[in-house]
Amino acid sequence: MNGLAAELFANARDFVGTVGATTRFFGRLIALTPSGLLRFRLIVEQVYNAGARSLVIIMTCGLFVGMVLGLQAYELLQRFGSEDALGTGAALALLKELGPVVTALLFAGRAGTSLASELGLMRATDQLSAMEIMAVDPMRRVVLPRFLGGAISVPLLTAVFIAIGLFGVQLVGVQFLGVDQGSFWSQMRGTVELDDVAEGLIKGSVFGVACSLIAVYEGYNAQPTAEGVGRATTRTVVISAVLTLILDYILTAIML
Amino acid sequence: MSSTPNPAAGASPAAGAEHVARLHGVHYAVDAKPIFRGLDIAIRRGEVTAIMGPSGTGKTTLLRLITGQIMADAGQVLVDGRDVARLDRRALYALRRRMGMLFQNGALLTDLDVFENVAFPLREHTRLPERLIRNVVLTKLHAVGLRGAAQLYPQQLSGGMARRVALARSIAMDPDILIYDEPFAGLDPISMGVVLRLIRQLNDALGISSIVVTHDVREVSQIANMSYILSDGQLVASGTPSELQKSPDEVVRQFIEGLADGPVPFHYPAPDYYEELLGGGAQP
Repeated sequence: MNGLAAELFANARDFVGTVGATTRFFGRLIALTPSGLLRFRLIVEQVYNAGARSLVIIMTCGLFVGMVLGLQAYELLQRFGSEDALGTGAALALLKELGPVVTALLFAGRAGTSLASELGLMRATDQLSAMEIMAVDPMRRVVLPRFLGGAISVPLLTAVFIAIGLFGVQLVGVQFLGVDQGSFWSQMRGTVELDDVAEGLIKGSVFGVACSLIAVYEGYNAQPTAEGVGRATTRTVVISAVLTLILDYILTAIML
Repeated sequence: MSSTPNPAAGASPAAGAEHVARLHGVHYAVDAKPIFRGLDIAIRRGEVTAIMGPSGTGKTTLLRLITGQIMADAGQVLVDGRDVARLDRRALYALRRRMGMLFQNGALLTDLDVFENVAFPLREHTRLPERLIRNVVLTKLHAVGLRGAAQLYPQQLSGGMARRVALARSIAMDPDILIYDEPFAGLDPISMGVVLRLIRQLNDALGISSIVVTHDVREVSQIANMSYILSDGQLVASGTPSELQKSPDEVVRQFIEGLADGPVPFHYPAPDYYEELLGGGAQP
């Protein structure tokens, strides 16, 4: 029993230590951001790497999530004779929940792992140490552009996911299942408010900061071994996914 | 040649003009395991200095102390008379701009080609026009014989070529001190000869000080002005390569002659062999 208590205590202490270290790391990134923004080209490169290169997976998943949503929502609404509300229901589901959450999970799996393993390998092959010896701060030159690139990309990818998702709903609902096109779009325009759009983009922005932070923190602090880089990559996906869902609940509760 | 020298004894930092780096009574431990126990070393300006010793004696750790990547638990590390531990980040980076370091694996930035790798410190620290950067980079690449490889990426280079590119990068800012971490490890004889000659030529042509960490005794003896041998966390011998060749010290003899057993034991500390095999005790 004492052993279990000691292990729990040690785990709790490690958890608090990790949260503290991540917060300090985040604080350092925020402090470096004003000067980092001056090197705009580096950030654009990372928006391309993390964002543009994730477009295919985001668009593909967005289309199929939308199509499944169209089928399920149509089947449900048909029970109440309210098929015309398909556009409204699907738009709200995509804007407020599915868009930001699924985009963040996909981003963590595609770009987050790529960021973590890239930084971990740079650590393992002494590239970060070489920069330090050349009097170049790797936090400013390498970590910050990747963090900002990721944080900027996620809300943009969220918007793309939602747009393609709506196209998928429309494709199934209007083109395949025969929902009236006029009702579909007019009900959506009449019911969806700017606050709903803002909620999706705010969630996307917060998830983008969280997932990018976890990826660069885990990669930068990876053990400089093959196993260490692998562990950092796995931790990036797991922590990002859990954190996204926890933050989703908190943000939903605040914005309701 | 001395067997247990103390080159820094009684010296003050200001008096170190002839020395580019000095370590005074340095203690350093990792996870309570001591790496250095009162290490004293003085590295003379303008010379090629070899730091040698068996694997695991902390040769690379010594370089990390000199470059300020890690700090000593006790004692002083002076570079150009300045205590590295007392420098803030800005001052430490200013000091590092005057250093170049060649890592064991080259540590080239894999997302940049050879040209951009050599241009990297110039772009980060200067606002030179593009034309001048191009000329400087091509000059440095020419010095290491790889001007023709400017457009290749690190993954397209052999180990020897990667190390030469890293050497070109480390002299891009015309440093005062060049540090080499195992520059000959894993190189074929031709590449090794090229790197060996470059170390000596660059030291003399640029008027810099070179610190070479290696355990390739024969090779480094051809170019070093002074050699230090570390063992068990301390300096055990120092002198010119020819002086070390004549040393009667057992550790020096074992190291230079490459003997498997001696003061540095072949076996890692372990329980009695027969007792462990026949005793039927618990698995180690």
